[in-house]
Amino acid sequence: MTTGREAGDALPADQDTQQGHTSTEVREEAKSVEFTYRGIFQKTLAANLCKHVVMAARKREWLGSTIQRYSDSPERNGIPAKQFAVIAPDTETLEGHMAKYEPNELDVITCLDDTMADGIESWAWYGRQPINVRLRRGGTLLVISNRSKEELLRIIPQKPWDWTLAILPGTPSLAGLWVYRDDGTDMRVLGAIASSRPDIFEMSEIEAVIRDDDALGDDYIAALKSGHDEVVVHEIKAGEGAEDTYEPVKLPGYKEMREAIIVPAVKVGEKNPNYRTSSDRTMRPVVNFDTCIKCRQCWIDCPDECFDITDEELHPINYNYCTGCGICAQVCPVEDCIVMVNDLEFVEEGDKDMFPLYKEDRDSYQEWREEKIEKGRIQHHDYFNADTWAWAGSGQAENTPDRNDRTARNS
Amino acid sequence: MTMQETEERGGRGTEKLMTGTQAVAQAVRLADVDVTAAYPIRPYDGVMQAVAKLIADGDLDAEYIVAEGEHSQFEICKHASAVGSRVFVGSSGVGWMYAMESLAVTPSLRLPVVAMIGNRALDDPGAFGVEHNDAMSVRDLGWQLNWVENAQECFDATLMAYRVAEDSRVSFPVGIGVDGAFITHSQTLIKIPDQEMVDEFLPPYDLGDRLLHPDNPISIAPQANEDWVMEIRKQTDDAAKRVKGVIQEAHDDFKRIFGRGGDNPFFEEYMTEDAEYVLFGMGSLSLPAKVMVRRLRDQGEKVGFVRLKWFRPFPTEEMVEVLTRFKAVGIVDRDYSYGSPKQGGVLFTDLRAALYDAEVRPRLVNFIGGLGGRELTPEMMDDMADTTKRAAAGEDVPTVRWIGVRE
Repeated sequence: MTTGREAGDALPADQDTQQGHTSTEVREEAKSVEFTYRGIFQKTLAANLCKHVVMAARKREWLGSTIQRYSDSPERNGIPAKQFAVIAPDTETLEGHMAKYEPNELDVITCLDDTMADGIESWAWYGRQPINVRLRRGGTLLVISNRSKEELLRIIPQKPWDWTLAILPGTPSLAGLWVYRDDGTDMRVLGAIASSRPDIFEMSEIEAVIRDDDALGDDYIAALKSGHDEVVVHEIKAGEGAEDTYEPVKLPGYKEMREAIIVPAVKVGEKNPNYRTSSDRTMRPVVNFDTCIKCRQCWIDCPDECFDITDEELHPINYNYCTGCGICAQVCPVEDCIVMVNDLEFVEEGDKDMFPLYKEDRDSYQEWREEKIEKGRIQHHDYFNADTWAWAGSGQAENTPDRNDRTARNS
Repeated sequence: MTMQETEERGGRGTEKLMTGTQAVAQAVRLADVDVTAAYPIRPYDGVMQAVAKLIADGDLDAEYIVAEGEHSQFEICKHASAVGSRVFVGSSGVGWMYAMESLAVTPSLRLPVVAMIGNRALDDPGAFGVEHNDAMSVRDLGWQLNWVENAQECFDATLMAYRVAEDSRVSFPVGIGVDGAFITHSQTLIKIPDQEMVDEFLPPYDLGDRLLHPDNPISIAPQANEDWVMEIRKQTDDAAKRVKGVIQEAHDDFKRIFGRGGDNPFFEEYMTEDAEYVLFGMGSLSLPAKVMVRRLRDQGEKVGFVRLKWFRPFPTEEMVEVLTRFKAVGIVDRDYSYGSPKQGGVLFTDLRAALYDAEVRPRLVNFIGGLGGRELTPEMMDDMADTTKRAAAGEDVPTVRWIGVRE
């Protein structure tokens, strides 16, 4: 995960310098831009963005390189991942930033899906790191979001120095794997970077790159300009934002480790505290315990074993381990018993188990549940479940009359 | 204990005429192995048949699993070892190579699997005869490797292998290199001790808190990122450095209990006391080499032979001490290392590295011979001794020579 640091340290020593200058003040320094994205949906998008950062730098005779963070699993649905672009005025400066897993310090971090704005795990190691953990003094965090600065700062951790939050209005572009996508997200993000951080590249430079590409027409320039014009930049003061509770893992020395590659196994009934994967989640299942028929289908099919069984044989969810895959909602035979809801509706709750509220006060629970669904319900497409050999989709499918007719679906 | 008592104890048991593989099987019986997995390939298959017969005859109570290939064969034994079974496995040539992934993970997991490698030329061309490259392919991975000279050493080395492998300070797999045909398929008289003596030498297999069992919930072999791999490798490195001391301890016990094993566990010196030059090698080639030494000694030549027994761990300090007594050393490699620093053999290349820091270095010449099971004759040994002698005299001789190859 983290490199360029001593074992046990949170950050490389050079990032601890709060007195240092910002990169915007020094034009000839190497600059690093991160794209935090969701695999597999945005993998091509992130690669495309990185490529354009480097090509824009070429317009002023700079050099560049891009790095896919190697420990990520960007081929998996919804898994947070990172790709970086590093640009520098000359080979020597650039080489000092290469052969690394990720840059020590970032000038710009772009968060392509605001459900990751609090932070992500790296391949589930060591817990969730703040989204801006490596943001330089004076760095820019660019988030694609329709939420306000105030809403986002409830989840984005604070920094000990001033930084800027750039918000580009929009929804995460998650569909289509970005192979044939042309919804303009890439251009809008590049326009937003040119607007908020012209030291990375200027509008004329990125525009020249787009015009060089015969495959990209005027629509792309229009999208570029819309991103440039629509991005809103907020100055954020040191200490502003959510509390930073991140504690780096202390890595043991080889004499402290058990020999022969042995780790303690998770005991029956326990869950592995090192494998909390909730940052994978863009949406979460919300359960109606009153309509549950106790069939256990969710408990059986959940790939992450998130469902518990209570004395009443109900199934509360351990959200620490829920990746929001939606399989439970799809296999549940009862309409609207499990409903997928946008994860950003749960800033207050975090990963908290809501079953105690249900036990304490059913009406309050139902009121809470309905409010969440009202605000953030995710409509799901149905799919063929290879485990159950049935067309799944419950009541959430767009159209359901023939959903168990495989012939019809396969045609 | 007096020497006489040792002799008497060594005499306890029976004497039998056996092939090398049958001798290994007898050690497997007396070590009371729990699990073995087998897949046939010559010359390893001799031991597979011998162990099968022991089980069929009721002489050994062990699970005998016929795998569908060597990869599974070695995986079965690795996993059986992790759950507390003493295991025996083995292969030859390309069969050993087919198990390579499993061979790599076994020392990483520090599981004391004992394997007999019936040394065989790697394909292509398909050939049955002995070459040492098969076993040597794992030399960097944590396998402890030794080579034997005859059926008695097959038996002795197998017992030593369990003792060393299962020592908690070591916990590495051990491979016993047995030259195909010349040792695997030729019978010699061997002494087989009784069970009581073997039990005194070899304690029960005990993995302690590393035992994979529901009562000891552990997870082994997890995926790890770059934050962990070096520490894991360093642990293995530390353990690898402990092996030599454990071999010495085991050797001392072996000699006390069975009265055999030579002066030291790592190598054998043959008529070297006043030698000016020696040949050096591993395995059955020592037999024609010793004939050569006796013949040339009769003619007044100050020649000797040094046979290396443990190739991993490499006894560097001992080799420096011994070999720097001579003016020249002729290393006989039954293997090759194409493109290596001097385009010579593996043993030669390692030995050159081992002697680099010596204050006085003997001249080293290398002979590649006996490949693919070709016989190495006493006459060839005469030829190699002559070249080595000329090297000792400061003459200009080739650093590497192929012996017995048609031009």
